[in-house]
Amino acid sequence: MAVDLSPIDENLLAEIANIHGMPKGAFNIRRDGKLVERHSSANIEIATKTDNPGIDIRIAPGTRGETVYIPVIVTQAGLKDVVYNTFYIGEDCDVTIIAGCGIHNESHEASEHDGIHTFHCGKNSHVKYVEKHYGEGEGTGERILNPVTNVILDEKAICEMEMIQLRGVTSTVRDTNATLAAKSKLILTEKLLTHDDQMATSNMKIELNGDDASVQVISRSVAQDNSKQVFNPLVIGNAKCRGHVQCDAIIMGNARVTAIPGIEAASEDAMLVHEAAIGKIAGDQITKLMTLGLTEEEAEQEILEDFLN
Amino acid sequence: MLELKDLVFEVPVSKGSRETKRIIDGLNLTIPVDRFTVITGPNGGGKSTLAKLIMGVETPTSGSIIFNGLDITSMSIDERARLGIGYGFQQPARFKGMKVKKLLDIAAGRKLPMLSCNEYLSKVGLCSADYLTREVDKNLSGGEVKRIEIATILARDPKLAIYDEPEAGIDLWSFDRLTDTFRDIHEARDGRSIIIISHQERIIQLADEIVLIKDGKVVETGTPDELMPRLGFVAKGMPHCQLTQPTRLHITEIPTTC
Repeated sequence: MAVDLSPIDENLLAEIANIHGMPKGAFNIRRDGKLVERHSSANIEIATKTDNPGIDIRIAPGTRGETVYIPVIVTQAGLKDVVYNTFYIGEDCDVTIIAGCGIHNESHEASEHDGIHTFHCGKNSHVKYVEKHYGEGEGTGERILNPVTNVILDEKAICEMEMIQLRGVTSTVRDTNATLAAKSKLILTEKLLTHDDQMATSNMKIELNGDDASVQVISRSVAQDNSKQVFNPLVIGNAKCRGHVQCDAIIMGNARVTAIPGIEAASEDAMLVHEAAIGKIAGDQITKLMTLGLTEEEAEQEILEDFLN
Repeated sequence: MLELKDLVFEVPVSKGSRETKRIIDGLNLTIPVDRFTVITGPNGGGKSTLAKLIMGVETPTSGSIIFNGLDITSMSIDERARLGIGYGFQQPARFKGMKVKKLLDIAAGRKLPMLSCNEYLSKVGLCSADYLTREVDKNLSGGEVKRIEIATILARDPKLAIYDEPEAGIDLWSFDRLTDTFRDIHEARDGRSIIIISHQERIIQLADEIVLIKDGKVVETGTPDELMPRLGFVAKGMPHCQLTQPTRLHITEIPTTC
């Protein structure tokens, strides 16, 4: 396909979505606020929004085993790209959505991408969503990502979301909101690594509105150097439901991590639990790996990789 | 061969204090190649500290540690590991996110085939199908983590393996399997030495040499025949005697699939 992608573009796409060249099936690649290439499939229709910048992705009921790619790359300094992507996932679907944003900034001006994603997951559908955020470039310009994710789960829908931001993003404020109907299930995994003077905030509000709805929030983060992280999830149980929030952070250097896991119950049958732990890498872990022949630096790297994997 | 010469290890009596107490007090010991040595002695006598000094987890105040003719006294833990010293911790570390398979791979220094993993885990009484993909975290019991710890040393296959109370926290059935494993390694006599810190009679019986440590010093050395009667163990019959039936049975907790 005759699409003009530079080596920098290709590298960003490989980094955030593990795609090399144009993917198969349905996809939408956006660069510097403009469409690069789009392809719909028989069951997945991607159309430009008429009210806001962005796209509507409609997945036909009963679609199974398909993957949609909607990566965004920003290589132009000074650009603030705001995009609205709305997914309408029909009943009885089983699909994977690969999103993500990569910023390459060599200048002193800031680059920003704010993606507002909304997922309407139909009855009995199973959605796997993977979102990777990544920044690179030697410039002093900030690389900013402020995603908003809204998830609406119909009865018995299952949504697994994995949001990953490992290195390179100067500043991020992430807002995730979800409402769950009866017997639906949300598994939300966040993996975060900040370094230098980076800042990252993650706010979540998850409302369990139907009986037997359940949510599991798993946050694993590493804060290095002078970076700062705030993790602020709130799970609200309005029915006979189950919620579990687990926040684990490794703190290094002069970093600061704030974890404020919250649970709120408005039903006597709601079972909500939260756990939060912040600590440095345990000395006995490093010692053990050194007795297996790893240097101290290799041991530390290994521990962090496994922790975030 | 491992030689410990005039080894001294002192620690402050309390944090920040200048006054010190001796944990290891001018200890001398030589452990030849192909030797199965069991170090035993009363609690607080300095046995675990000695093991840590050999591995480099602690640094001696004075004295020297010679391994195969090389002075390793000031070497780091990983340098000693690469020379062929291995250490099974009494209280093993747990790792969030690290799978048992990965830990065994790191120990072996290569990606291990499944067959090898099965072998190492079965030698410590674990079924690899149940454990390889599990994380070495708080979801494993103390006994499970301990057995995985021993499996990492088996996978590493060091020239000198030091096990610090390998029996602690392990049920009797797995302990049986473990003593067989130690016996097999020893009987192979392929240039590997084992040091085990233990109070367990059945492990002590396997030793070529028993070293009794008390107050940071070697107070006696000898073969099991020479030393066991004096160590306070009541003779229970033959060297290969079976333990009597345990009073509490938890059969359902023991993996029986392997």
